[in-house]
Amino acid sequence: MRKGRQSWVFERYPIIRSAATVVGPFEGQGPLGKDFDIVHGDPRINEPSWEKAERRMMEEACTLAIENAKITKENVDFHVGGDLMNQLTSSSFAARTLSIPHIGVFGACSTAMESLALAALLVNSQAALTVLAGTCSHNATAEKQFRYPTEYGSQKPPTAQYTVTGAGASIVSAEGEGPVVTAATIGRVIDMGITDPFNMGAAMAPAAVDTITAHFRDMECGASHYDLIVTGDLAKVGHDIAYALLEKHQIEIPRDKFIDCGMLIYDPVQQQVQSGGSGCGCSAVVTYGHLLRRLKEGQWQRILIVGTGSLHSPITFQQGETIPSIAHAVVIERGKPRIGGAP
Amino acid sequence: MIFFWAFVVGGLLCVVGQLCFDILRLSPAHTMTLLVVAGAVVEGIVVDGTSLYDRFVSFAGAGATVPITSFGSALVHGALKELSTSGAIGIMAGIFEVTSAGISAALIFSLMAALLVKPKG
Repeated sequence: MRKGRQSWVFERYPIIRSAATVVGPFEGQGPLGKDFDIVHGDPRINEPSWEKAERRMMEEACTLAIENAKITKENVDFHVGGDLMNQLTSSSFAARTLSIPHIGVFGACSTAMESLALAALLVNSQAALTVLAGTCSHNATAEKQFRYPTEYGSQKPPTAQYTVTGAGASIVSAEGEGPVVTAATIGRVIDMGITDPFNMGAAMAPAAVDTITAHFRDMECGASHYDLIVTGDLAKVGHDIAYALLEKHQIEIPRDKFIDCGMLIYDPVQQQVQSGGSGCGCSAVVTYGHLLRRLKEGQWQRILIVGTGSLHSPITFQQGETIPSIAHAVVIERGKPRIGGAP
Repeated sequence: MIFFWAFVVGGLLCVVGQLCFDILRLSPAHTMTLLVVAGAVVEGIVVDGTSLYDRFVSFAGAGATVPITSFGSALVHGALKELSTSGAIGIMAGIFEVTSAGISAALIFSLMAALLVKPKG
């Protein structure tokens, strides 16, 4: 079960039975637009507030994931979810509608992988048969809470990131067919002293590197074990830093195998999103929409997804504190690995 | 010629603001405050009976009156004027005297905008 210092190996092979993604119009126009299940034409989705729009996307993603798994919500034992809003309102209010026993988790933008790792752990330990994992974010709610007020219209530096409007959910189950979660590495909180919330990529990059290093150490493997290593939302600036740091730690990952959800979701030239995308929804919709689809199609056999999150709040930033960051890694494999084989 | 200097001086003040963002890493609020205080300080320096900011305005025209520095200058201008006519209490009374039209306009136009569109994002 536990391997090394901070990793879990799921020997019962929890299956990602289904997944669903819901995004806003801007994400739908991006290069991955066709991979998402629902693309809304209006970022407010006919709701009176942005917060309600975010919650609605979360509800839609959860409902669709349950439908895609061909089960009913009564079959789902637990819902593990989180988001960027204060007190996790998007997730818990969506859980109110779902009325599935709910576990709220917060790891900022790493929540997508944190919730998937916990869902797999619950299924693997037989604490549950079927678990729903999901996260969401909305550009207008997150930028209102974490950046300057959006109506202020202040200039963003090139290191800034654009919060993804989207929600992703998956059904992790002991039964059924689909990609398998075979291992996870829970990250440490790393703080290298970055204070600028417009440069979260730089704050999160060391956390991603720490978790990747720990994962290779615990699992006694290297980059060659994976067809793809994906970071959550470091975006261009943070991803370059992470690559340089890995080189410094003498961990070799071929550049074409090392990608980032925040860089995939938007077109850097056409969409003008500074460094790239961020937010809980970023790694959730890219993983559940794009990566799982390609994995099922057979493009890759085994991928490592490292969700990254910066754990500051608007208050800690105003009080001049640095930005602590975290990263959680999850291994997803295509089909059920051979029993007894090294996962 | 005044148009030329207005263009150049106004542009240079914007460059100062941009450098505050990019090099000093100041927030928009800090940059604005810095420029208002700079305008107020320049207004406070009086040479031969005329303040430096007034001389600056006569040289650069709108290049000096449109940027936010002129707000700082107006605050000090009003306070000094009331100080000379009503004494110490005038410092308080005079601060918003010259700027009252601008502040009232901001309030009224904000109210009008809020009536027409959703005020909160």
